[in-house]
Amino acid sequence: MIKKSKLRGEFFMQGDIACAEGAIAAGCRFFGGYPITPASEIAERMAYRLPLVDGAFIQYEDEIASMAGIIGASWAGAKPMTATSGPGISLMNENIGLGMMMETPCVVINVQRGSPSTGLPTSWGQADMMQARWGSHGDYGSISLSPNSPQEFFDLTIVAFNYAEKYRLPVFVVTDAVVGHMTEKVVIPPVEELDIIDRKYTNKKPADYRPYDPDDDLIPPFAKAGDGYRYHSTGLTHDERGYPVMSEECQRRCAKRLVDKIKKNADDIIITEEHDIEDADVVVVSYGISSRTVIPAMEKAKEKGVKVGFLRLVTVWPFPEKQIRELSKQIKGFVVVELNLGQVVLEVERCAAKHAETKLVGHPGGGMHKMDDIVNAILEVANEQ
Amino acid sequence: MKKIPQKVIHRYLRHDKKFPHVWCPGCGIGTILGDFLRAVYNIGIPKDEIVMVSGIGCSGRMPVYVDFNTLHTTHGRAIAFATGIKFSEPRLKVVVISGDGDAAAIGGNHLIHAARRNIDLTIIIINNSIYGMTGGQASPTTPLGDYATTAPFGSIEPEFDLCKLAESAGASFVARTTAYHTMEARQIFEAALNKKGCAVVETIAQCPVSYGKMNQQSSAIEMLKWQKENTVSIKSFDKLSPEKRQDKIVRGIIVDKDREEFTARYENLIKRLQKNESSKEKSKQQAGENQKKSKSKSKKEEKK
Ligand SMILES: Cc1ncc(C[n+]2csc(CCOP(=O)(O)OP(=O)(O)O)c2C)c(N)n1
Ligand code: SF4
Ligand SMILES: [Mg+2]
Repeated sequence: MIKKSKLRGEFFMQGDIACAEGAIAAGCRFFGGYPITPASEIAERMAYRLPLVDGAFIQYEDEIASMAGIIGASWAGAKPMTATSGPGISLMNENIGLGMMMETPCVVINVQRGSPSTGLPTSWGQADMMQARWGSHGDYGSISLSPNSPQEFFDLTIVAFNYAEKYRLPVFVVTDAVVGHMTEKVVIPPVEELDIIDRKYTNKKPADYRPYDPDDDLIPPFAKAGDGYRYHSTGLTHDERGYPVMSEECQRRCAKRLVDKIKKNADDIIITEEHDIEDADVVVVSYGISSRTVIPAMEKAKEKGVKVGFLRLVTVWPFPEKQIRELSKQIKGFVVVELNLGQVVLEVERCAAKHAETKLVGHPGGGMHKMDDIVNAILEVANEQ
Repeated sequence: MKKIPQKVIHRYLRHDKKFPHVWCPGCGIGTILGDFLRAVYNIGIPKDEIVMVSGIGCSGRMPVYVDFNTLHTTHGRAIAFATGIKFSEPRLKVVVISGDGDAAAIGGNHLIHAARRNIDLTIIIINNSIYGMTGGQASPTTPLGDYATTAPFGSIEPEFDLCKLAESAGASFVARTTAYHTMEARQIFEAALNKKGCAVVETIAQCPVSYGKMNQQSSAIEMLKWQKENTVSIKSFDKLSPEKRQDKIVRGIIVDKDREEFTARYENLIKRLQKNESSKEKSKQQAGENQKKSKSKSKKEEKK
C-alpha cells in the first residue's frame, strides 16, 4: 500500500493515475464520481488513495450527483474533484453552471473519447472543446487546461486546483483517452516544492461579511460552513449578500463579473508553449494529444524550406486572443491541428481574420492525424500568394 | 418539556431578509418552517452548525430566510449536494428542504441513494401534491384522478407513497406529518434532527393557489381541514377496522431503526486502513532494528 501523502520520485505511470496523484498533491480531499471509460482509473485511484490521507471518496449514483456533490464539498471547505468523459460532462452541465454562479472552487476532469453520444468509448477525440467553454447555459468565463502527456496531466491538475481556488470556479482539465491511458515517465516532486494556492478566506467579522462582495481582483473572499459566517448562496441572480434579486441591474452586475473575472485575469491564466515563432511564416496551433504529431510534421516542413513555428495551447480557455492577434500581423497564416471537425480553429479564425489566413487540419477522432496532412497544410499556407 | 417562548422563530430568521417573502397567502410552507425552527430551538443546535440545502421550487426558497449556512441549488439535486457537505464535514448538521417534484421526480434517484447509504441527513419533503412554483403541473404525488394544469382531465398516473419509498430504500428514520399538526410536526422534526442516519420526513402541506384551485379546495382553511380529517396517527390507525383504514393517510414516526451511518462507516474504514499502515510501519521499523541489532551483534562477535 502507498504510504500517506508523500508519494514522490520517478514513476512509470499512467496518465489517469498521474492526474489522481496531482490532485492529491494539490490538496484534493474530496472526490465524487461515476465510472466511465476512459476516466475510471482516476476514480479508482482516488478510492484507493483518499482514505489514506483523510480524504473522502464517494461513487455517486450518476454524474449529476457527482457535480452537485463536489460543489457541496467545496462549500464545506474541501478541495474537490470529479472526473468523467463526454457523456458525463453532458449530464454535469447544469451543475457546472451552478458552480460558476455560486463561484465554487472545484476541478472537473474530462478524458475525452470519440463522440458524439456514446461514440467511441475506448478511443479518443477532442470534440468536447466548445462544450468545455460553453457547456452550461448562460454567460460565464471559464478555464480549460489541456495536457499532452501523463507528466503534464499531473502538473496541470495541480494548476487547475490553483486556478479553481484563486478564481473561485469549476476549472476543467480537458484531455483525451490517449493521454489518460498512456504510460510514461512521471516525476513527482516533494510536496514542499510544489506551488499550491488555497482560496482566499475572508478576514472580516461575520457581521460585516458579504459573501459576494469582491475584492479588487473581482474575487469575493470565501467563508466555509461551520465557521460562523452563515452565508447564503444561490444559483439565482443575487446581490453581494447572496440574496436573490430579480432585476436587470443585478443581473448585469452578477453575470458581468463572472465573465470579467476571467477576462481581466487572462494573462495570469494563459499558458502557452512556443517553438520557433520569432521569424515564422506559418504557425501551427494545437493542444493536447494532437500537439504531439505537430513536432515531427514541423521538422519535415522545415526540411522543405518553410519557416514554420508552433504555438501549443496549454490553456485553451480563456483563449489566447492577444497572442494570436499579434502573431497574425507577423505571419502568413495559421494551421490548426485538432481531433475534431473544427472547434478551436473558429477562435483562431476570429482573432486572425483581418491579417492572416487560417487552415484547419481536422480529424473526427478514433485515430491520429497523418503527419503528411499537417505537412501539406503547412506547405499550402506557406505557398499561397 | 422546555417552554417555547413566543416569537422564538425570529431568532432564527435573517434580520435583513425577513419580508416580503415569496410564499402566497395561505401557503403551508411557512407553518412548516416555523415548526422546524422551534424544533431547532428545542434541541439547541447552534446556528453555525446547521447547513440548510434546498433545490428549486416554492419550498426551495426557504433557506434564504433563515440564519444558518444556507445553499439554494438546482432542481432535484439538493440531496446530492448535501451529501457532499456532510461527507466532507461530518460534524455539520445538514438539512435538506425539498418539494415533492424536487425529491420524487427529478431528484428521485438521489433520495433513493441517500436512503440506501443511510447518510446522516435530515430530509424534509414538503409535499403539496403539485409543482407549486411553476404554476400547478402534476407531480409524482398528485393523486390519481386529481387535476393539474398538465392533467386537465384528471391525472392518470398513480401517486408515490414517499414514506414507503424511503423505507424500502433503507432510510433509518421515516415519518409523515402535516402543516395542520404543528405540535406533532415539531416533535417529528426534533426526532429526525436527533437521528444519526438518513431521516426522511414527508410533510403534507397545502398549496391553495396551484393545487387547491384546480381541485375544489381554494381556501387554505378547507385544505387544513382536509389534512385533519383524512390523516390518522399511526397509533389510531392500528386500531381502525380494515374498511376504515382505506383512504386514511398515516401520520407519525413510521420507521426508527438503528443502521450504521455512512460517514461513520467511512471513518471506521479510514481508521482501519491507517492502523494497518502504522502497524506495518512499526513492524518494518522493528524488523530494521532487529537487523541492526543482529548486525551489531555479529560485529561484536567478530570482534571477539
Ligand atoms: C432542471 C429544471 N427543470 C425544470 C425546472 C422548473 N421548475 C422549477 S420548480 C419546479 C417544480 C417544483 O415543484 P416542487 O418540487 O413540488 O416544489 P414546490 O414548488 O411545489 O414547493 C420546476 C419543474 C427547473 N428549475 N430546473
Ligand atoms: S404556489 Fe402554492 S406552494 Fe407555492 S407559495 Fe403559493 S401556495 Fe405555496
Ligand atoms: Mg410541490
